Amino acid sequence: MKKLLALMLAVAMISAALLSGCGAGSSGDDSAASTGAKAVKAGFIYIGPIGDGGYTYAHDQGRLFLEKELGAKGVTTTFLENVAEDASSEKAMKDLIDQGCNVIFATSFGYMEYVDRVAKEYPDVKFFHCSGYLSNDTNFVNYFGRIEQTRYLSGIAAALKSKSGKIGYVAAKQIPEVIRGINSFTLGVQSVSPTATVNVKWTDTWYDPTLEKNAATALLNDGCDVIAQHQDTTGPQIAAEEKNAFAIGYNSDSSKAAPKAYITAPIWNWGVYYVDQVQKILDGTWKAENYWGGLKEGVVDLAPITENAAPGTKETVEAIKAKILDGSFNVFAGPIKDQTGAVRVAEGAVMSDEDQLSCKWFVQGVNGKIDK
Amino acid sequence: MFRVVKRTDLTRRKSATFRLLAILAALVTSGVFLMLLGFNPLKVYVSMLDGSFGSAYRFKEAIIKTVPLVVTSLGIAVAFRMKFWNIGAEGQIIMGAFGATYFALFFNQLPAVVLIPLMMLAAIVAGGLWAFIPAFFKAHFGTNETLFTLMMNYIALKWINYLQYGPWKDPKALGFGKIAMFKDNALMPKLFGIHMGWVLAVILVVIMYIFINKTKRGYEIQVIGESENTARYAGMNVKKIILSSLFLSGAICGLVGMFQVSGVNGTLTYQVAGGVGYTAIITTWLAGLSAPVIVIVCFLFAVLQQGGTFIQTAFQIPASAAQLIQGLILFFVLGSEFFVQYRLIIRDGKNPEKVKEAA
Repeated sequence: MKKLLALMLAVAMISAALLSGCGAGSSGDDSAASTGAKAVKAGFIYIGPIGDGGYTYAHDQGRLFLEKELGAKGVTTTFLENVAEDASSEKAMKDLIDQGCNVIFATSFGYMEYVDRVAKEYPDVKFFHCSGYLSNDTNFVNYFGRIEQTRYLSGIAAALKSKSGKIGYVAAKQIPEVIRGINSFTLGVQSVSPTATVNVKWTDTWYDPTLEKNAATALLNDGCDVIAQHQDTTGPQIAAEEKNAFAIGYNSDSSKAAPKAYITAPIWNWGVYYVDQVQKILDGTWKAENYWGGLKEGVVDLAPITENAAPGTKETVEAIKAKILDGSFNVFAGPIKDQTGAVRVAEGAVMSDEDQLSCKWFVQGVNGKIDK
Repeated sequence: MFRVVKRTDLTRRKSATFRLLAILAALVTSGVFLMLLGFNPLKVYVSMLDGSFGSAYRFKEAIIKTVPLVVTSLGIAVAFRMKFWNIGAEGQIIMGAFGATYFALFFNQLPAVVLIPLMMLAAIVAGGLWAFIPAFFKAHFGTNETLFTLMMNYIALKWINYLQYGPWKDPKALGFGKIAMFKDNALMPKLFGIHMGWVLAVILVVIMYIFINKTKRGYEIQVIGESENTARYAGMNVKKIILSSLFLSGAICGLVGMFQVSGVNGTLTYQVAGGVGYTAIITTWLAGLSAPVIVIVCFLFAVLQQGGTFIQTAFQIPASAAQLIQGLILFFVLGSEFFVQYRLIIRDGKNPEKVKEAA
C-alpha cells in the first residue's frame, strides 16, 4: 500500500516537473485570451467539427483568413465547435463574450432565435448570424450568399455527366435555403438536359456523415448516377465513389475525399465577408446591414472542375459564369414552372429576393416532396 | 494469478487516499495526452478551474449545470435505495419537459403565476407516470426494470422528435424542425441571475434527506432495499411502496424537464435532457445515494463539464479532446471505486499458500 503510494507520488512529481518544464517553451499560446478592450476579438460558433471537410470547414477557413489578413491590426479569433441548435448555442455565445469576444459569428440557421435573445442582452457586442432571417438595426445582422448561382453551374456539370438522366440530391432541412438550392441546381440540370430529373432525399440533419452517406447510397441504388448534396460532410461523395458514380460536393473543394467521383462543388469563401465586416468595425464605419453576396462579391464560387467531368463542361460552365458576373443572366429568370406544371415565374420576369427567401415549392423536374 | 476479495478493513482515510490517487492518475494520464497534442497540461488544468470560478458569469453557468444533475440524482436515489435500477431518468426528464411544454404552448394566455405551477405539475405527473409504468410491470409481472426503464428513454426521445418535426413544428420557422419559443409568461423567473430551479433544488435536497432518513416511508424504502422478504415479513405492502416510490422518483426527474425547458432553453427540443439522466446515475452512485453528498458530487461534475468547454476556447483544444479528458477523469474515479470496495490478492506462483497483499 505504502509502496504503491510512494511510487504514484514519485510519478506524479516527475511528470509535474516535466510538464512545467515543457510549458516554459510554449508559453504565449494562450495570450489570445488577454486582449485589450479596443481590439476586435471574434468568436465563431460552429454546428460541426472544423474537420468536417465541408460547411464548418469552410467557415473556419474564413476565420483563419480573417486572422491572416487582420491579425496584424490586433484582430484575434476563437471558436466553439459541435454546438447544437438549441439553448447550448446561447450558452456558447455567452461563454465567448465572457472570454472577451465583442464580435460573434453564429454560423448555423437554428441558432437564430438564441442570437436574437443574446443580442438584446449584450448591446455592445456585434452579432452576425448566417443564413437566417432575423436581425435588428443596431447590433444583429444576418448574412448569406447566393450559392444558387454556383449551384446552377454545378447542375450543368452534373447533367452533362449523367447517363441515366437521374441525378440524386441529398438534402438537409426543408427550409427555403435548401429548397431554392435544389431549384437552382435543377434549373441548371435542365438547361442542358431538359428531361433529366433531380431526386431529393431528406436527412433532417446538417451534419451526420453516416446518415448522409446512407441517403446517397439509397439514391444510387435507385438508379441515380450523379449525386449532389446540401450537407456538411463528404459522406454523399464517398458513397458515390464506392459505387463508381459521380458527385457534386458542397461548401469546399473536396477532391481529395472522393478523387474518382468528385466533379466540382459550389463553395463558400466566407473570409471575403469576414474581413470586410471586421475591417469596417475597425474603421468605425460598420453599420447593421444584412448581406447577401454572390459570385461578383466573391463570397461564393465554383470549385475547379476536375478530370471526372464530361468533356466540354468547363467551357459551358465558364460561359454561363461570365454571364452571371456581367449581370446578363439570372438563374431565377422566368419562365419557371413548379412540379404541377403551373408557371410560377413568368417569361421575362425574375424571382424576387423575398420569394427566393421564402420559397417552399419545387420547380418542375424535381422528384421529391416538401412536408407542409 | 490473483483474486479479488471484498474489503473488510475499509477506513475513511483509506478510501479517501484511493480516490485522491485516482484523480491524480487521471490528471497524469490526460496530461500526457495533452502534451502529445502540444499543450501545457498544468495551464490547461488551471484554466479548467478558471472556467467555473474565473468570473461571476462562469460560476453562474456552473450552477445552472449543477441544478439538473442534483435534482435528477435525488430522483434516482429514491429508486436506487430500493435497489430498483431506474436507468430511465433521461426519459423521465424528457416526458416532464413534454408535460410542461404542452401547457406552455397551448395555455399561454394564462398569467405566469398560474401557468408556471401548472407546467410544474404537468412535468411532475408526466415524469412520474413514465417511471410508474416500468414499476407497475416489475411489481406485477417481475419484468427487468433496468431494460424496461432504458427502453422507455428511447420511446420518449422519439416521441419528442416526432412532435418537433411533426405536429408541434413551429410554422414560423419556414419548415425548420423546431418547436416555437415559449412566451415570457411560461419562462421561470430568476433569482440572482439563475432560474428559480436552484431554489427548488436546495429545498428538495433538504426534503429528500428528511424523507429518507426520518420518515416511516423512507425507512420502509431502505428496508426493501436491504431485503424485500424482511419487508414483507414486517408486514409492509411492498408492491405499493415500490409503485409510489417510483412515481416519486420519476416525478422528481420530470421536474428537471420543466427546469430545462422553462428555465434554460425557452422551448422544447429532443436534446432537452442532453444526457443528464445518464450522468446523474454516475453522480448518484458516487455520492453513495446521500442527498447532501449529491450536491457536492454534482457541483464537481458541473465544474468538470464547464471547464471542458472553457479550455476549448481558451486553448482551442478540439471539442472531442476536451471530452476525452473529462472521460479519462471519470474513468479513473469510477475505477477507483473498485479498489475502495475490493482488494486484489496476488498469489505467489511457487508457493500458493503464501499470499502477498497488493495495494
